[in-house]
Amino acid sequence: MGKTLTEKILGRKAGKDVQAGEVITVSPDTILSHDNSAAIIQEFRKLGVKKVRAPEKIVIVLDHIVPASDEKYAQNHKSIREFVAEQGIPHFFDINAGICHQVLPEQGFALPGKVIVGSDSHTPSYGALGAFATGIGRTETACTWATDEIWLRVPETMRIDLSGRFRAGVFAKDLSLKLIGDHGAEMANYKAVEFAGPAAGDLSVGARLTLANMSAEMGAKTGYFVPDEKTLKWLEGRARGPFVVALSDPDARFESILAYDLGALEPQVACPHTVDNVKPIGAVAGKPVNQVLIGTCTNGRLEDLEAAAAIFKGRKVHSGVRVLVIPASWEVYREALKSGALAVLVDAGCVILNSGCGPCLGAHEGIMAAGEICLSTSNRNFRGRMGHRDSEIYLASPATAAATAVAGKIADPREFA
Amino acid sequence: MSQGKVWKYGDNVNTDVIFPGRYTYQIMPPEETAKHALEDLDPEFAGSVRSGDVIVAGKNFGCGSSREQAAACLKGAGVQAVVARSFARIYFRNAINLGLAVLQCDEAVDALEKGDAVELDFAKGEIRSAKGAFRFLPLPDFVIGILEAGGLLEYTKKKLAKE
Ligand code: SF4
Repeated sequence: MGKTLTEKILGRKAGKDVQAGEVITVSPDTILSHDNSAAIIQEFRKLGVKKVRAPEKIVIVLDHIVPASDEKYAQNHKSIREFVAEQGIPHFFDINAGICHQVLPEQGFALPGKVIVGSDSHTPSYGALGAFATGIGRTETACTWATDEIWLRVPETMRIDLSGRFRAGVFAKDLSLKLIGDHGAEMANYKAVEFAGPAAGDLSVGARLTLANMSAEMGAKTGYFVPDEKTLKWLEGRARGPFVVALSDPDARFESILAYDLGALEPQVACPHTVDNVKPIGAVAGKPVNQVLIGTCTNGRLEDLEAAAAIFKGRKVHSGVRVLVIPASWEVYREALKSGALAVLVDAGCVILNSGCGPCLGAHEGIMAAGEICLSTSNRNFRGRMGHRDSEIYLASPATAAATAVAGKIADPREFA
Repeated sequence: MSQGKVWKYGDNVNTDVIFPGRYTYQIMPPEETAKHALEDLDPEFAGSVRSGDVIVAGKNFGCGSSREQAAACLKGAGVQAVVARSFARIYFRNAINLGLAVLQCDEAVDALEKGDAVELDFAKGEIRSAKGAFRFLPLPDFVIGILEAGGLLEYTKKKLAKE
């Protein structure tokens, strides 16, 4: 019987034939952590070893609270910088880089066939480029620093076959929300999700990153696209070394298969307080908002800022709304400066913030008061995530976010074409 | 290899009923968490569970939040393994990393009932009872090592000390 991409990557790493359900131990290619490295360092110290096993595999990106917003975060950043120097960790990105899930692909760590583990739940993002990538806990990260080994259960795979083309005003984010709305937040619990079918190849790398990122909200262990020409082209000049492409065999075993026609989709909104509380735009349009967030590891890429700029061009942010824009990385920031998208956003009245997570996790830069409502392009709308527990978060695409910012209430981007 | 008796539950036993949310932000040692194990599902459990007992349940055991206490409290109560049709992803990792065996075996779930005496053989990958022997995917040696050491941190410590 054939093998899935995941079985192949993990089998190669384990040095034997593996199948879904098996537990194996592998030496990962990359171990990611971010501001939580401060907590991981404390666990690492308990292990009684002086040195990390493979410093070149460790990638640390400061992104959650950058620059530090208070003394506690400043101390965390300081202890991480000291640890990086002490251990000779070569891949450290300080506060002027961006969100880890954008930085790792751009900097050529997220490559086809690689095994990437990260102490962040949206680590599956790197599946967009054909890697096996999954989130792990802090204790495990510390142990992996010490041993260069981690155990993994080889996941079963769910395939989602995509056909057709998005109509104007509809994006990868809408597809991800539709999937989660239709099948629930546990639809892919513990599984790998393969995005396949004739339309998968049409999707940009940015759109693939959005879908792989959102696979975490399906409960998936990892979500991926089989690498193709588009993947390889995007990696030119970025890849940090050689890689071996793994593909799923035609007779691979998939636990289940879903089919979606992109042409049948309309803009979607996830309503408070769960990501699977999804409604079509028409059902929520008109709801007034106080804040709009355009950015995060889900939707802060150049094409996202440009989709928003296309709507903001010649228009102004509604007087009752605060709009926060966060380019996902400094590379995106520079490209958006060059393309003119940022100028359009600033002219419209948006506030541009330093690349990072911003208010996504509720730590700084746009925390909401009781009763306030935010429409955000991020991936989670749990109660209290962005501030007071009586504030509300709606999730949508950057185009829907821009339309909402202009209208002052949740609005259909197709009316702003 | 050790013996115990079966506690049987259904599908989707979530982390809230395994370890209630009202205690998650109180810091307690494992013996203390054990007193609240399964409190909202089976009030009889915490008082009567014996060291070596086995929980047998349906699919998606441990779904819900990522709280580690949901694995720690069962281990603290002396449970040697949870046998289920499937586990929620985070629960599965937490359990092994905290030293609680999590085994998948549909046949055992079909056959075993509350109170049955069972014996687990990790090396052979078998659950034995008067109703027959059922095979689960054998755990690799290092997972058995993690379980025997009492969790990943201890296991890693020992492993590093040996090198
Ligand atoms: S942007 Fe939000 S979801 Fe993404 S890594 Fe940062 S905090 Fe997590």
